[in-house]
Amino acid sequence: MTAKSYPCFETRGLTKIYGEGDAAVHALRGVDLSIPDGELVVLLGPSGSGKSTLLNILGGLDNASSGSFKFRGEELGEAETGRLTQYRREHVGFVFQFYNLMPSLTAEENVDLVTEIAPDPMASLEALEIVGLGERAHHFPAQLSGGEQQRVAIARAIAKRPDVLLCDEPTGALDSATGIRVLRALLDANERTGSTTLIITHNAGVADMADRVLFFRDGALHDVKRNKSRIAPEELSW
Amino acid sequence: MVGLRALDRKLLRNLRGMAGQGLAIALVIAGGISLFLLMAGMTGSLSETRRAYYERYAFADVWAPVVRAPESLIDDIRALDGVRAVETRVRDAAILDMPGMIEPAMGEMISLPDYRTAQVNNIYLSEGRLPDPGHRTEVVVLSAFATAHGLTPGDQISATLRGRQIELDIVGIAYSPEHVYAIAPGQLVPDDRLFAVLWMSREALGHATDQDGAFNEAVIRLMRGTSEEAVIDALDRLLAPYGAPGAYGRDLQFSDVFLSSELNQLVTMSRILPPIFLLVAAFLVNVVISRIIAVEREQIGLLKAFGYSDLDVLFHYLKLVGAIGLIGLLLGTAMGIALGRWMAALYAQYFHFPFLIFEADPTTFLLGVLITLIAVMGGAAMATRSAYRLKPAVAMVPAPPADYSRAIGASISRIRLIDPQSRMVLRQLFRFPWRGAMTLLGVAASIMLLVSTLFFLDSMQVMIDTHFYQANRYDVAVSLVEPRERRAVHALSRVPGAMAAEPFRSVPVRLRHGPNEESIAITGVPRDAVLARTLDAGLNPVEAPPGGLILSTDLAEDLGVEPGGIVEMEVTERRRFIRYLPVSATITSYIGSVAQMEIGALNQLLEEGDVVSGVYLVVDSDQNEALYRELKSAPGVAGVALHRLAALNFKALLDQSLGWSILVYVLFSGMIALGVIYNSVRITFAERARELASLRVLGFKRGEVAYVLLGEIAFLTLLALPVGCLGGIGLAYYLADAMASDVYRLPFVIHLTTFAAAIGVVVVIAIGSGLIVRRQIDRLDLVEVLKTRE
Repeated sequence: MTAKSYPCFETRGLTKIYGEGDAAVHALRGVDLSIPDGELVVLLGPSGSGKSTLLNILGGLDNASSGSFKFRGEELGEAETGRLTQYRREHVGFVFQFYNLMPSLTAEENVDLVTEIAPDPMASLEALEIVGLGERAHHFPAQLSGGEQQRVAIARAIAKRPDVLLCDEPTGALDSATGIRVLRALLDANERTGSTTLIITHNAGVADMADRVLFFRDGALHDVKRNKSRIAPEELSW
Repeated sequence: MVGLRALDRKLLRNLRGMAGQGLAIALVIAGGISLFLLMAGMTGSLSETRRAYYERYAFADVWAPVVRAPESLIDDIRALDGVRAVETRVRDAAILDMPGMIEPAMGEMISLPDYRTAQVNNIYLSEGRLPDPGHRTEVVVLSAFATAHGLTPGDQISATLRGRQIELDIVGIAYSPEHVYAIAPGQLVPDDRLFAVLWMSREALGHATDQDGAFNEAVIRLMRGTSEEAVIDALDRLLAPYGAPGAYGRDLQFSDVFLSSELNQLVTMSRILPPIFLLVAAFLVNVVISRIIAVEREQIGLLKAFGYSDLDVLFHYLKLVGAIGLIGLLLGTAMGIALGRWMAALYAQYFHFPFLIFEADPTTFLLGVLITLIAVMGGAAMATRSAYRLKPAVAMVPAPPADYSRAIGASISRIRLIDPQSRMVLRQLFRFPWRGAMTLLGVAASIMLLVSTLFFLDSMQVMIDTHFYQANRYDVAVSLVEPRERRAVHALSRVPGAMAAEPFRSVPVRLRHGPNEESIAITGVPRDAVLARTLDAGLNPVEAPPGGLILSTDLAEDLGVEPGGIVEMEVTERRRFIRYLPVSATITSYIGSVAQMEIGALNQLLEEGDVVSGVYLVVDSDQNEALYRELKSAPGVAGVALHRLAALNFKALLDQSLGWSILVYVLFSGMIALGVIYNSVRITFAERARELASLRVLGFKRGEVAYVLLGEIAFLTLLALPVGCLGGIGLAYYLADAMASDVYRLPFVIHLTTFAAAIGVVVVIAIGSGLIVRRQIDRLDLVEVLKTRE
């Protein structure tokens, strides 16, 4: 069995319910999807539509309430905490809206955090160069702009050569020019490392750079669109 | 919560949210307050009780023993400058044979004036009546002894007084200010069974001891402002012809010396312990409140934006601190009073007052409240200042990311050997150096207190071992009524169970060197003595060359003389004469003072031939009963000091009451470590929850994340260990010095096990705190923490 014989992600009837009884919130209502390796996927949908919940489950941060979630054929829907930690450690890179850098570590050291525990990482400096921050490697987060901090977070995520790169509103806190630089970094990373990349965004324009666009509404996958051609981030309508 | 203002409701919820931390701080405050109340209250109660007792029962200022002086001399004494009242009396030793007790009890017979109340050293009659001068066998018995043997008026006891056996009728039970701390000769801690004071009518006791129309002790009360020294000098001149070993004041009165030394210890401890607790509490309050204010920065901005004034916000946080302080104060007061009552009961076992009530007077209590207020508010002031100053517009913008670039620790980023997690730990430390240093000092203070408290056990064990098992290796010391020829030793060495015997000669003298004078009994022991040895600091025997004198260092220091110096010795026993002696060596003695010579040389000086005052015996403990039976009625025996039993009694004291007190102090010291370490870990966790969650998201295992969280406190605790041990050594040295008295000196010895125990306590607390917080890492909500901006 090789990795190629399975899609990267495959879910069947994936459901997530928060709380119980009257207070229960159905965040995901039976999502079926299949995402091949290496694609760049954009998730669109209003707040509360289930995008982030899906991303968290796919990233091994949370368990599904029911249904199946397979990563390259391995069922992870009900995996216990230790297995999920290992999964994250070996396969997943995360980028969040609020960067989540360690303020007490320099840019390079933030990347080191990941390269030191990953099985086959690139050099930290190389990852920083991919996102255009090779020269700021020794700066602390407090000395970097928001866009720069986010690019450090991307470098940190790609340095381990992850199989999947999960980005939750990576440009949400940034202005358009900076946002485009960040998206460029993500695209470069996707092309150079071949990571399956999922990007959540509120900005519908971003969808034009994706191979595939997933539309969410009320906890369900509402629509899937495949782009015949992708547009470079610099040409996106913001 | 109806009727509460919204802000106060927030306060209550804040308190509930930080219950563990608040309680840890409150406990440290409570520790300080309770120790303060306990010690200040106990000092107050003890000294006030003593003052009232001494005043009401006319406790003497000066004692002037003589061999035999005519009663008429009383007018001359009364005429001395500064003398307010004087009583002459007869005082002698007796041996008591108590039914149901194999050991002989030692009795002190003291005469009471006939047909009137004593004007000096009166007694408090708790039961029965005073002896009737017409009945020569009537006695009043010391209450502690009566209780120990279940004696009541109407009972009879038999005593050997001056070699003559007499039956005594108990007519009353009494307390006496002279015998608050009442112990038999040779004992260190009271064994109420072994020591009796028997008050008889002057007429009866004078007759029984051949002191008719004479006295052998004058007790004097002085007028206020009189120089005690001048009166003592005058008394010594006046009484010299009658065989006076020298008058002395309260500083040499056994009972008062012990009482004073106890008070002195309480005062010393009360100066050291409570301030440490309250300083730690102030620090904890500061750290915790700073943290809360940092977390609530945006809320503060919001409150101010709504129109709450700076003062409203300031008072809000001060109220929070006040609530913690109040809990600490209430807990501390309750604990202090409970401990005080417990300690008063403990004291009542050793110090016999007609009454002793633990009472923290209102002034003490108010002082406690004030001290808490200062400590807690002082700690809060620094922290709340920032809340007061915060401008709403500034506050509502999230705080900029913590800047680590300018901290000293940034340079560590160049050292590639250190992994990123350790770097996070180190940089956190360098970024808050003040907080780190205070945490370190807090933990160190806990270790310091633990070491210096446990030091007492080490010290006293060495004290017992040296005094009872290395230097003085006899089981029983038998003293004779009068010095007798050496042949008497042979008779005594044949008593049942005696396995070894060594004679001694004891003679009261006054030693002078320059302006200094000390009263002491010189002991003469045989060359190559094995039972009563003098030892140097390395516990090697030291012997005096013929004619040379060995002094314990405390005595040598009081006299201001060093080995090689010459002291003047005035013999005061019967004939008075002066000799000059070279001091050949000084030795260490932890209990009492020592002046020792070779017995032959001493007798030569005294021109008395080969005589002895008594004999030290090593006995077969299986034959104690036969031995004691013999000694109780042996002719010419004035007293029996049960040396081995004294050691056992002292050990029992260590194991019981002292052991309990030390356990209490250990618990209190542990509270400091708990307060500091638990709060430190909690705060680090609160500050770094987001970072820790991020690490978990990046695929770090729980253990790896725990290292980042706990590495800081582990590092600080490790650093605090040597600092605390050094501090403990220093404090122990100070305490040993501060608590030394004429009666005993604490050897400065700290065993390795003491350091190990202190370190063990703190490490266990650190690990426990770590485990509690580690559970929180497991519960971290990874999704939640990443979705929100700090």
